Amino acid sequence: MFIDYSLFILFLPLLAFVIQIFFGKKLPRQGDWVSILAIMTSLVLAIIMFFSMISSYDPNFKEEASFTWFDMGEFKIRLGFLVDNLTIIMLLVVTLISTCTHLFSTEYLKGDIRYSRYFAYLGLFTFSMNGIVLANNLISMYMFWELVGVSSYLLIGHWFEKDSAADASKKAFLTNRVGDIGFFIGIMLIYNAIGSFAFGDIFNGVASEMITGTTLTLAGVGLFMGAMGKSSQFPLHIWLPDAMEGPTPVSALIHAATMVAAGVYLSVRIFPILTPDALLVVAYVGGFTALFAASIAITQRDIKKVLAYSTVSQLGYMILAVGTGVYTAAFFHLLTHAMFKANLFYGSGSVIHSMHHALHKKHDHDTDPQDMMNMGGFRTKMPITHWSMLLSTLAIAGVPLFSGFLSKDAILAGTLSFAQHHPQHFLLPIFGFGAALITAFYMFRMMFLTFYGKPQMPELINDIHESPKIMTGPLVLLGGLSFFIWYTLPYFNFMSSHGWFTDLVIPRDSSVPGNPSAEYISQGAHHAHHLAMYLSIAVASVGILLSWIFYIKKSLSADAWSKRLGFLYHWSQGKYYFDENYSKYLYQPTLRLAKKIAWIDWELYDKYFINGFGKVTNLASKVTGKFDYEAIDQVLVDGTAKIANLLGRLLRTVQTGKLQNYVLYVTCGLIILMIIQTF
Amino acid sequence: MDQLNNYLYISAILFSLGTFAVMTRRNGIAVLMGVELILNAANLNFVAFSRFGGMNMDGHIFSLFVIVLAAAEAAVALAIVINIYNNLHTINVDDAAMMKE
Repeated sequence: MFIDYSLFILFLPLLAFVIQIFFGKKLPRQGDWVSILAIMTSLVLAIIMFFSMISSYDPNFKEEASFTWFDMGEFKIRLGFLVDNLTIIMLLVVTLISTCTHLFSTEYLKGDIRYSRYFAYLGLFTFSMNGIVLANNLISMYMFWELVGVSSYLLIGHWFEKDSAADASKKAFLTNRVGDIGFFIGIMLIYNAIGSFAFGDIFNGVASEMITGTTLTLAGVGLFMGAMGKSSQFPLHIWLPDAMEGPTPVSALIHAATMVAAGVYLSVRIFPILTPDALLVVAYVGGFTALFAASIAITQRDIKKVLAYSTVSQLGYMILAVGTGVYTAAFFHLLTHAMFKANLFYGSGSVIHSMHHALHKKHDHDTDPQDMMNMGGFRTKMPITHWSMLLSTLAIAGVPLFSGFLSKDAILAGTLSFAQHHPQHFLLPIFGFGAALITAFYMFRMMFLTFYGKPQMPELINDIHESPKIMTGPLVLLGGLSFFIWYTLPYFNFMSSHGWFTDLVIPRDSSVPGNPSAEYISQGAHHAHHLAMYLSIAVASVGILLSWIFYIKKSLSADAWSKRLGFLYHWSQGKYYFDENYSKYLYQPTLRLAKKIAWIDWELYDKYFINGFGKVTNLASKVTGKFDYEAIDQVLVDGTAKIANLLGRLLRTVQTGKLQNYVLYVTCGLIILMIIQTF
Repeated sequence: MDQLNNYLYISAILFSLGTFAVMTRRNGIAVLMGVELILNAANLNFVAFSRFGGMNMDGHIFSLFVIVLAAAEAAVALAIVINIYNNLHTINVDDAAMMKE
């Protein structure tokens, strides 16, 4: 039953995509209802699956189906689908956020020139994302992985008339490509050793030591490189903030809740094959990204850029959790983060939408509607957006009673316990708690700048209105989902993440022989739980308080401090000049190298080798041509013709055309025959 | 038996004369006459074998057919000769050598 349902969930959006791309423009309302109908059906099926999962309450539930994709003697590739609790939760998240995005977009993109195509791409994206979720093997995951890359490319470049959007889509695609090379190498290393792509076979293969040591570490890091690309981890984080050029609902769906979480999902899936060394790489990349991206978010002025760096930072958290072994906590944070971060993006979309209309009314086309320095005081004008965003901000900041508190706490506890067992890795919890502090600070900075204080552009404030119901609907829904209660049912203890999630998604032992057992890791995390909780409440409070002092009470001036911190401030605002440095030390040298190689290719290889080869061929063909003409053509071919000509000329004398000669020949022939007959 | 041989001799002579005429005469009508001689040589053979070879009336019937066919053939052949004359203004068969081309 689950496989059938999930196939429907998978293919309905694809069907919508096909209909939209071919007939979208001809349908009434440009066919948005087709997409919405498809995704809503998927959502309903996902909800049914979710509730039957809850009612059976079996943490070991697993349903798998596979088929042979192609078969060439020894070489056989089987593809298939895997449905377990992880998949079901993920399907629900994807379809839920996708549905919200569809609804939100009907208003946000009203009157857009490529309205129907936009919905088509949303369908394609949902299809490919569900494909990643359902894959039971690395190959089909890789295929869907590339498909989400394509749909992300198409959606970021939705307004491709803008150069920045076109560049951003290219950048996203190419940066992901770098990670995907690692992913592919990882897949091939594993296939080479184990001979199968299916997760089950791979885990068994690793457990029976078919692949060990450095090779396994390399394979794990390779696969993780794919995750780094998709989940925008340092140093491949540069594409995600630029991807904000896409429409805001797309940012909510793809660049906050689902696609970027695919990297985390992959890391969670392959966790059992990661060796301790690979896990360390994962932990350090994730931890560093968490802190590093948070430090950039502090100084950004663009509301979406703040959220983008916040997403990078939160994804870093999840990766950090995988690296320290508490991978179910990573998935838990993926779930809660998907809800509140999507909501924050919808909220920012609502604000931008409103700003855009207000500016449009004033015929002001120079002011940036996304710049928070132009906002302020929107609280009373947009109450629903404000409250909904406030709930999600509290969640992401890690305030008790909200979902983010639980998941962040689980991650921080895992990290803390890891550092307790391995004191040389004390940096990891510092990354984690530091990022938590900064996150609380910049998220409230964003809230305060947008919704509180005096309006920065007083002439606009009267034109700022709450968005229409179809946009506030998702805001209300997802804002409500920021409360802890949805994730801990049937228990009501807001201090512990114990609930249906922890019952149904239980950590499993790593397949790598010698790795600590799941029991050992969760025991450690359990011991560190209280300390981590108090610390995280403390850092969140400090962050919020600092933010309040800076931006509401204004007893400390943000401007003065930014001047005092000088180069740090500029570094952060300049995003540590990664784009510039990549351009200077990576892109430009690559271009120069390419030019050098082109010169070698053209001046040396082409001129001497290719042209030389051409000349030799020319000469040889002249010689053979001569031989052909003189020997074969003149002697053999013409000779045959000459002999035939001679014979013809001899024989034609017999052909006189005189009837009587022929009669004479016949008679002579007859006589000769008769003579022969006689003897 | 001698009688049959006599007939066959005459028939052979007639056939040879006819063939000779066909091969040597330049006049189209003379060629036709040669053909008639050949046909009549054949008729004589039919009748002779019918009479002396114990073949009842078969030979007689055959020669009647041959005579009828010879009449038809003469009609067609004379028509051809007339057409040759119309086209070439001669009935010399050597001049009608268009088949050579």
